[in-house]
Amino acid sequence: MIEIIAPALIIGLILTAIAGPLGSFIVWGRMSYFGDTLAHSALLGVALGLFLSLDPIVGVIIVTVSVAILLSTLQKQRNISSDALLGIVAHGTLALGLVLVSLKEGVRVDLLGLLFGDLLAVTFSDTLWVGGCALLLAIITKLIWNPLLNILINSDLARAEGLPVDKIRMIYMICLALLVAIGMKVVGALLITALLIIPPAGARRLANTPEQMALFASLIGMSSIILGMLASLQWDTPAGPSIVLSACLLFSLTLTRGSQS
Amino acid sequence: MTTPIVQLDDICLNIRGQSLLNHINMALNPGEIMTVIGPNGAGKSSLLKIVLGLYKPSSGKRRIHKGLRIGYMPQKLQIDQSLPLTVQRFLALAGNPNRQDIEAALHDVNALQTITRPIQSISGGEFQRVLLARALLRNPTLLVLDEPAQGVDLHGQQELYQLLAGIRDKRQCAILMVSHDLHFVMARTDQVICLNQHVCCSGTADSVANHPEYLALFDQGIEKDFAVYTHHHDHHHNIHGDVVKDETSSSHKQCSGHHHD
Repeated sequence: MIEIIAPALIIGLILTAIAGPLGSFIVWGRMSYFGDTLAHSALLGVALGLFLSLDPIVGVIIVTVSVAILLSTLQKQRNISSDALLGIVAHGTLALGLVLVSLKEGVRVDLLGLLFGDLLAVTFSDTLWVGGCALLLAIITKLIWNPLLNILINSDLARAEGLPVDKIRMIYMICLALLVAIGMKVVGALLITALLIIPPAGARRLANTPEQMALFASLIGMSSIILGMLASLQWDTPAGPSIVLSACLLFSLTLTRGSQS
Repeated sequence: MTTPIVQLDDICLNIRGQSLLNHINMALNPGEIMTVIGPNGAGKSSLLKIVLGLYKPSSGKRRIHKGLRIGYMPQKLQIDQSLPLTVQRFLALAGNPNRQDIEAALHDVNALQTITRPIQSISGGEFQRVLLARALLRNPTLLVLDEPAQGVDLHGQQELYQLLAGIRDKRQCAILMVSHDLHFVMARTDQVICLNQHVCCSGTADSVANHPEYLALFDQGIEKDFAVYTHHHDHHHNIHGDVVKDETSSSHKQCSGHHHD
């Protein structure tokens, strides 16, 4: 049994390790809907992959990264609130993805697997490219960590201090897009945002510094993966939702702890 | 003759068809203190943003001295509660100063007691001074302050202005600030610019106060609406808001700090 879920387990652990720091910024910047939008657009990526006969993951990466770039460009115009803009892009891409998938004749697409993740579809070769991607993401995150914190605190101040604000934001969004693409394999498009926001939210009460919060977020996320997969094996529940439920459980446990600050 | 560290030549700024600044000329010399005053919507913050390089002028030229280091103190800065950040870490983000530098900067602004506290928990006045400390950590040749005395009472303003004058004398940096008040500016100001989309008048504080364009900003003299009430306190509040007994009355018996004749 363990051989079957081992690749998924490894990918899940890698995913949540890197989701800790990247997701913390979503919580700090109040942009969880941005993560959702990326996740919804991932389905369009699968459809694109099908139409171009590419590996779905390639399509997902192309589409999520494009959407990230599109959003950070569009958010500069102020006639539409970024909230509404995210809604339009999220549902527009999701709908387009669903329509395209249905048009492709002769191909049966496992929609449930796309939405909720399909652990059995993960292979050992997947762990290699996921590991490579994660390593790259970790290095980039380390490099943009302090600049990104400065931008989060006040973008005008960051700009006045000479930081290339738009460029760093864009890099961060592309990192998120890549993370969503990876996470889709494990927990699916609908639940990936949960792994980006629940662990950092749970880590808040345990942490005194941004770095501690990112670290605890990674640990909470990784524990959720292990707990969720065990539960899934034990009770034969779908893995993605079980992982997210585990994260919720760990989050509520942190609520019982007195606030640090 | 000294070359100005910042010079604006005939700057105009239009944003979405709205003219915010018209034909602004100004020059700030090294070590000089300049205060910008003007009614709401006069474009004071926009002018600062032009100087900071955050806004590109629609026409005109901004010249800055080579090697100019700007320390910027924004008007408002909201840090989300979800970000665990102590004052020390906040200051450390300004380009990796060491612990001694941070302590020295906090000491310079009388805010050393906040160093280990979460930044969201310090008072408004303390926060202003922590922001000032952050600007100082960049070892600036120009300090740009957007309404530094906003929301601070007169005593607090007095102490802030003394602090700024001391900083200027000690570090020889120029100071450009926006005053929230049309009538009170720092006495040590070398130049006042009265702005109402264009430069109404400029010069020393005295010359501006008597300039017809400045007076024309008010339909009637302010004496009509304002009177001076002279207090007789036996104490004052220091920059932290704590009660400080005045020396002359230190021999008095403690009478809850409020002894009025």
